Amino acid sequence: MGSFIPNTKAEQEEMLKAAGFESFDELFADIPEDMRLKTPLDIPGGMSEMEAAGKMEEMAGKNKVFRTILRGAGAYDHYIPSIVKSITGKETFVTAYTPYQAEISQGILQSIFEYQTMMCELTGMDVSDASVYDGATAAAEALTMCRDRKRTVALVSATTDPKIIEVMKEYCFGSGCEIRVVPEKFGQTDKDKLREMLTDDVASFLVQQPNYYGLIEDAESLGEMVHEAKAKYIMSCNPVSLAILKTPGECGADVAVGEGQSLGMPLAYGGPYLGFMTATQKMMRQLPGRIIGETTDHDGRKAYVLTLQAREQHIRREKASSNICSNQALCAMTAAAYLSAVGADGFRKVAEQCVSKAHYLRDGLDEAGMMPTFGGEFFHEFVMTCPGGQKQVDTVLKALEEQDILGGLPLGSGRILWCATEKNTRAELDKAIGIVKEVLEGGASR
Amino acid sequence: MKLIFERGAEGRGLSLLPENDVPAYEIQSPKRAAAPRLPQVSETELSRHYTELEKQCFGVNDGFYPLGSCTMKYNPKVDEDAAALKGFTGIHPLQPEDTVQGCREVTDTLERYLCEITGMDAITLQPAAGAHGEFTGLLTIKAYHHAKNDPGRTKIIVPDSAHGTNPASAAMAGFQVVSIDSDENGCVDLDALRAAVGEDTAGLMLTNPNTVGLFDPNIAEITGIVHQAGGLCYYDGANLNAIAGVARPGDMGFDVVHLNLHKSFAAPHGGGGPGAGPVGCKEFLKEYLPKHMKAFYGNFLVAVKSLTYLLMLGREGVPEIGKNAVLNANYMKKKLSAAYDMAYDHTCMHEFVMTLSKLKKETGVSALDVAKGMIDHGIHPPTMYFPLIVDEALMIEPTETEPREVLDHACEVLLELAKKAETDPEYLHGAPHDRPIGRPDEVAAARKPVLRYSFGEK
Amino acid sequence: MTFPEELKYTASHEWVKMTGDGEALIGITDFAQDALGDIVFINLPEEGDEVTAGEAFADVESVKAVSDVFSPVTAKVVEVNTELQDAPEKINEDPYGSWMIRVTDITDTEEFLTAAQYQEIAKEEE
Repeated sequence: MGSFIPNTKAEQEEMLKAAGFESFDELFADIPEDMRLKTPLDIPGGMSEMEAAGKMEEMAGKNKVFRTILRGAGAYDHYIPSIVKSITGKETFVTAYTPYQAEISQGILQSIFEYQTMMCELTGMDVSDASVYDGATAAAEALTMCRDRKRTVALVSATTDPKIIEVMKEYCFGSGCEIRVVPEKFGQTDKDKLREMLTDDVASFLVQQPNYYGLIEDAESLGEMVHEAKAKYIMSCNPVSLAILKTPGECGADVAVGEGQSLGMPLAYGGPYLGFMTATQKMMRQLPGRIIGETTDHDGRKAYVLTLQAREQHIRREKASSNICSNQALCAMTAAAYLSAVGADGFRKVAEQCVSKAHYLRDGLDEAGMMPTFGGEFFHEFVMTCPGGQKQVDTVLKALEEQDILGGLPLGSGRILWCATEKNTRAELDKAIGIVKEVLEGGASR
Repeated sequence: MKLIFERGAEGRGLSLLPENDVPAYEIQSPKRAAAPRLPQVSETELSRHYTELEKQCFGVNDGFYPLGSCTMKYNPKVDEDAAALKGFTGIHPLQPEDTVQGCREVTDTLERYLCEITGMDAITLQPAAGAHGEFTGLLTIKAYHHAKNDPGRTKIIVPDSAHGTNPASAAMAGFQVVSIDSDENGCVDLDALRAAVGEDTAGLMLTNPNTVGLFDPNIAEITGIVHQAGGLCYYDGANLNAIAGVARPGDMGFDVVHLNLHKSFAAPHGGGGPGAGPVGCKEFLKEYLPKHMKAFYGNFLVAVKSLTYLLMLGREGVPEIGKNAVLNANYMKKKLSAAYDMAYDHTCMHEFVMTLSKLKKETGVSALDVAKGMIDHGIHPPTMYFPLIVDEALMIEPTETEPREVLDHACEVLLELAKKAETDPEYLHGAPHDRPIGRPDEVAAARKPVLRYSFGEK
Repeated sequence: MTFPEELKYTASHEWVKMTGDGEALIGITDFAQDALGDIVFINLPEEGDEVTAGEAFADVESVKAVSDVFSPVTAKVVEVNTELQDAPEKINEDPYGSWMIRVTDITDTEEFLTAAQYQEIAKEEE
């Protein structure tokens, strides 16, 4: 059996005596006899480190790691610079607690202050929090930021990732906020419908940019409509797109949120990822979770601290607008390290390569016989329809899988959501296109 | 220390990507006016920047971390190795089912272990943190009452000693919070509970051992009263470390629990996260567990770490957690009783609370001063001013992974600080003394918030 | 600590100044500001809001605490002292000069205390 308890049995006995107890049983005297476990736990016996490591390797080995990934839909396969892993693997960062003790936590506090600055730069917003759990919970928290006594309806575009809408619904089952989905038209938010739905009980409207189908929304004019109706405008953004696209700040957003996984975090079967949240100065106090601020110590030296804490649950308790305590601090540090490593120029290059490779893949698949589902400009994801319908989708994806390629995500009705990133080489893309072509041509001749 | 933005120079950077090998496509949609001002640094500068930052932090590897209610136990390195395996990190969450069987084995196995340890029938690994777990559990309770056509159950009872997340989570789930006073032993006041329950009771949230570090001996009666009234009982697993392998919330009458993998199950805290807050429940509640608490299924790599840990401990190892966590706490409590007042003079569980109110009255030295004084001795301060029902509180949780000498040394330091409070209170008001900064001005930080770098602008 | 004679007080540490034209100014007492410590932020209602006697209409934050401010009267808010939002420290410096809201249409009031009565309560709580 493995153990991480340093004290030997003999030492434990001595300590028991020193503490004034005869036995371990006596230590637990307050636990009613009938509530104590009488039989050993029904789990396997313990292992040595070597065995446990072997067991985990065995489990990892049962997964398939694809050489080429052409699937996004909320989780993206980007290149992670080695320096990022070196930084976030530093033992002290990994094992430290929340930086409540500022005097021995300046490193973590400063790193999050730097993260907050970078997220403000990316989104064009005034203030950032220190992270929430993921992009979906960030969107759900943003709804709470915007609602008030009179406005309790949250609008969300149908072009938003369905997983995000589901999480928003769970949160709203709690808060009593009502979610209404604004229909889509040709893969983009239906502006006429939005205008109709912006009644005076609407607190906020959320649009995803680029949207779930990869299309670039007319975010600025959506924002204008929302503000005309005196509601708040929330944008859920892919951070890589912010290297190029008009920022939420420039589009008039009141709150900008998103999934930060693209910024240096591995796919990792869905987590841990990073929910980022930024807002206008006016909404600063509605931001949930921890926020780091700059100040000085009693000798005038620059210092960083957790600040605006009176918003939070440990002080405001049931009146706090969010219950968040633990966040994704190490993931926020990962994002900051990633953005520092790539720099402004490198970040734009990552985005440009994503866009170029996605367009190359789309053109290739078009030529191979797949049909673009929507018009409109896309970023690094796009939807195509199989001419042979849903059945052909499975054949296409299976054929790719056999060649170590994870194809796009099936969306039903013969549609596939594809994604390309800077990691995909031209050779890989050509290979995938060739396989699809073969399947579609084979299908046609059959 | 310089910010990363103040390092490097225009044009510096790393060589990360090859040239684009496909035709360039230029976006036609509206673009941002100016590039984000990101750092322009070389790898040397970047690497040293964070190494310097690391030196200004304190992790479990740096020394004793007796932070009450946070369970800062040692984080085994093999867990990190497992979580770094390409077979886990390289898996897209939306891969076909037959290509992620290893991930499913991880989650299924961990769920089974956690069910057994808590005495629950089902576990979801979705929640990303303890508070997220609380919210998940409370939504389960809400869905249950709604399904039973009993939506009038709108109140959650929370003891006044509870962690702030409990009332905050209840409010987030749309419940009204009813706070009940603790009795003189810091436990649930049964009369107050009886008076509080009724047809509008949705449930009770409780930690046991409670936040003052005592096991509530009336637990069967407490959960009985709530059930009698038609409410459900929620177990906040923040303090599970005390009873792991010794007793189970499921056997105490609890219907829903959340656990903190980053406390009881050795996953590291990462400077504030990511954690993981799995939620367990009894069979009859299983169908009411929410399905979409985040985009994908939990903080998966955190689950990998905790599973590795549990594989090693196994059947025989888990009970050793609780036994030694409680032993270490009582060992320290006994030694410290020589100079400090205990808030509750009773056998503690995995942690205990001291009240420094007499010391403060006599010497002017506060719990904060003593906590900051510990920093000068290389020890992380205990939890301060929590729970709120204890005046000038210091809450000490040594955990089971500390050797006796470390506990002895910490006791010596604390006893010495108590003496220092008599002889040189000024010295303690000024602690810590040897750190890059002294106590920060939190008032200024909150009154005029500076939340990002200004790039030299006003 | 001061307790101006011309003001009326509540047991929950607010002061009221009747301005004679059916209006009143409301703030928190010297004792309250001292107990709270450095005030860093204040949440105020909006102009036109109704306040109810005995119910919270604002809250004040210090670094480590937040406290409700209860309305001594049922009335309508005609003016909010927005200056306090930018400079909450004024409440610490001059609690009786730092009114939070000006109200009119007073239809109900809490039981007011005189300066002497309130001083007694403050002494007990100390």
